[in-house]
Amino acid sequence: MSVPAGPISSSSLPLHIEALVKRFGQVTAIDAITLELRSGECLGLLGPNGAGKSTLIRSIVGRVVPDAGWVAVFGSPANSAAARAALGWVPQELALYPRLTGKENLESFGRYHGLSGSGLRQAVEWCLDWSSLQDRAGELAKNLSGGMRRRLNMAAGIIHRPKLVLMDEPTVGVDPQSRNRIFEMIERLHGEGTAIIYTTHYMEEAERLCDRIAILDHGRIIALGTNEELVENAFASRSQILARFTGPPGGVSAWVEQRGGRLVDSTALFTVEHPTEIATLLDDAAKAGLKVVDVSLRRPNLESVFLHLTGRELRD
Amino acid sequence: MIVPIIRTALVSLRRDRAALALSFILPITFFSIFALIFGGRRDTVPKITVIVVDEDQSHASQKLVKGLEREGSLVIRTRPASNNKGVQPTEYTAATAEAAVKAGDAPVALVVPHGFGENPISFRGDQDRPTIQLLNDNSDMVAWQMVAGLLQKVAMTSMPDVMAEQGSKYADQFVGGFTPEQRKRMNAGLEQLRQHEKAEIGTGENAAGKEPGRGGIIAVKTRAVVGENKNNPMVSFYAAAIGVMFLLFTASGAAGSLLDEADSGTLERVLSSRVTMTTLLAGKLAFSTLLAFSQLVVMFVWAWAVFKLDFLDHIPGFVVMGVCTAFAVGAFGMLLASICRTRAQLGALSTLVILSMSSVGGSMFPRFLMPDAMQKAGLLTINAWAIDGFTRVFWRDEPVSHLWPQVLVLLGIGVVLFAIARKIAQRWESA
Repeated sequence: MSVPAGPISSSSLPLHIEALVKRFGQVTAIDAITLELRSGECLGLLGPNGAGKSTLIRSIVGRVVPDAGWVAVFGSPANSAAARAALGWVPQELALYPRLTGKENLESFGRYHGLSGSGLRQAVEWCLDWSSLQDRAGELAKNLSGGMRRRLNMAAGIIHRPKLVLMDEPTVGVDPQSRNRIFEMIERLHGEGTAIIYTTHYMEEAERLCDRIAILDHGRIIALGTNEELVENAFASRSQILARFTGPPGGVSAWVEQRGGRLVDSTALFTVEHPTEIATLLDDAAKAGLKVVDVSLRRPNLESVFLHLTGRELRD
Repeated sequence: MIVPIIRTALVSLRRDRAALALSFILPITFFSIFALIFGGRRDTVPKITVIVVDEDQSHASQKLVKGLEREGSLVIRTRPASNNKGVQPTEYTAATAEAAVKAGDAPVALVVPHGFGENPISFRGDQDRPTIQLLNDNSDMVAWQMVAGLLQKVAMTSMPDVMAEQGSKYADQFVGGFTPEQRKRMNAGLEQLRQHEKAEIGTGENAAGKEPGRGGIIAVKTRAVVGENKNNPMVSFYAAAIGVMFLLFTASGAAGSLLDEADSGTLERVLSSRVTMTTLLAGKLAFSTLLAFSQLVVMFVWAWAVFKLDFLDHIPGFVVMGVCTAFAVGAFGMLLASICRTRAQLGALSTLVILSMSSVGGSMFPRFLMPDAMQKAGLLTINAWAIDGFTRVFWRDEPVSHLWPQVLVLLGIGVVLFAIARKIAQRWESA
C-alpha cells in the first residue's frame, strides 16, 4: 500500500494509523499496525524493549518513512505542516540544548514551532508552571537533576500546546518521586483534553494513566482495550496464585511445570478458576516435598495478560 | 526561522569557553608567532617570472635578454600571455610592465633602456650611463633580490665578447690605443669568443651557468612599485593566511554541533517542528559565517593595533573578502560535519584536510615559494583564493571591483559545498 501524499482523511480523530509496516533490513519493526486514537484519549503502548513502540511513535512524527500503510494526524499525513503543528513529541532521549537554561530551551523550541512575542512568553510561563520548574528556569539544562531534565524535556515537547502529544517512555531513569510528579503533569494535560499516546514498559504506568492500552510485541498489536477489558479477555473470572517454595534442586521448577504453572523470578505463578484451589495446590506441594515460603492470591493484571499472550515477561 | 537558530547557537557558544578560546585567542597567538618569526625572513627557492622590456634592442641588450632566458630559475616574459586564439599580444612597454607588476602578474620587471648597448658594462661605477630599471613587488621579498644577482651573473657569463670589446675601449681611452697588429689580434680573439659562444648554444650547453657572477658590472636601479610604503610586508599576508586556517577549524567545529544534536536526539526534535533540514543547515551556515567573519575582524584589528597593519583604509575590501571567505569556510564546515558520523571522526578529518589545504593553499608559507605545480594545486583550496583576495586589498591597494575573481570563486565554493552538504544531510531527515 502506498502512502498518500495529500490529505488522507476527513476524520477528526487525533490519530489514525492504517496497516502500517516498517522494516529495517530483515527486521520488521512494525507489522501491519492499525490503530485509532479518540479525541481526549490517553492510549498506552505497552510492550518490552524492541517491541516497536518507538518506531511507531517516530512513524507518527514523520521521522520514519513507512514501507506500507499510512498515518493521519487530525486527517493530515504525518510530517505535513498541519500534522507537525498539531503534534507534540516528547522523545525518549533528553533532546535539549545542555548549555541553554531551561527557559532558553523552551524559548528556542517555541520559536522553532513558530511562536513569538507574547504568545511565546505565555507558552514558556505555562510550561514552566506545568513542569514545576519556575524556580529553576535560569539553570543550565545540563546542571538540572535527572528528574528536572525529564520534565523540561516534556515541556519542550508541548511548548506549542499541541492537541496530540506523543510521549516515548518519559519516566526512563527517574526516581519514584519524580515519576509521580511526571504522572501528575500527564494527568493535568489529559484532564485539559489533550489526546496522548504514551509508551512504556511499566504496566503500573499504563494502568494509572491510560484510558486504553495497546500491547505490542514483535511489531504487532496483540491486544487492545481498557485495562479491565484486557484482563477480562485473557482471564475472565480466573485468579492467580503466587507462591514461593523451597525444596530439592530442580524439584521446584519440575513440580511447578507439572502443575501447569510458570516459574518467574523464583515465584511460581498459577492461574485458577476459584480461589479455593489454593488449598489443593499447597497440599500437592507438601506431598512433593516442597516447603511453602509465602503464598498470595491476586486478580490478574497487565503483566499477567502479557505473560499469558506471549509466554514472556514484559521486561524480558 | 534562521534568527532563532543563530540565537540558540550563539548562546551555546557563549557558554563553551573552550570553543571561544579556540575561536579567538588561539588564532591570534599563532598569528603573532608566525608574524614575529617570519616577518623579516629572506628565503630563496622559486622559479621566478620576470617581465623584460628591451627598449634598446642593441646587440648587448639582446644578448643579455637571451642570457636571462637561458637561466633555469627564471621564466622570462616579453609580452602578456595570449588570451585569444591566434592573436599575439603586443610586447610589454615600461609602463605596461610596471602595471603588470602592480597587478601581481609577475613579481619583477626589468626595463633595459635606450642607449644601454653603447656602454653596457662598467668597471668604474659610472653614474651617468643608461641604467637598467628593476621594478619589483615587495610582497615577494625573494624574487627581486634573486633577479638582481642573476642579472650580474648573466652579464659576466653570456656577454664575454661585449666585455672584451668594452675592455678594448678602455685600452683605447686610457692606454692610448692598440697598434694595428694588436688591433687585428684583438678582433680575431673577439671573433673566436663569438664563434665559441655560438657553438655552445648549438650544443645546448649553457655557458652562463658555469661561472659565478661577481656582481656590480651592470648598473641596475631597483624600485618597488608595490608596497614601497608598507611598514611590515608580511603582516597582512599572515593575518589572512593564519586567519583562514583557523576559520576552517572553527567552522568545522561549529558545524559539528549538528553531530552533537543528532547524537542527543535534539536534531530529530527540531526537525519535527516547523524547521526543515534546509532551514536548519542554512541557519547553521549563517551562524558559522558570522562567527568566521567576527574572527577575521578580531584578527585584523589585532594586526592593526599591534603590528601596524593599515586596516582602517581598507575596510570595504576587507568586508567583501571577509564575508566571502567566511561564507566559503562555513559551507566547508557544514560539508565536513555532514560527511562524518561522530565528533571524533570530524576532529580527525578536519585536522587532516584543513592542515593539508592550509599548507598547499599558502596559509603556512607563501605560495610564491612553492613549485609551479604546488602553486596551481593551491588554487583548489579556499586558503589560496582568500589570501590572494586579502593580498589584493591590503598589499596592492586594489579597489573592491578588482576582487571579483576571488569573490566569485569563494561564493561558488560556498554554494557548491553547501549543496553537497544538504544532499548528504538527507540521512538525518528520516529513516
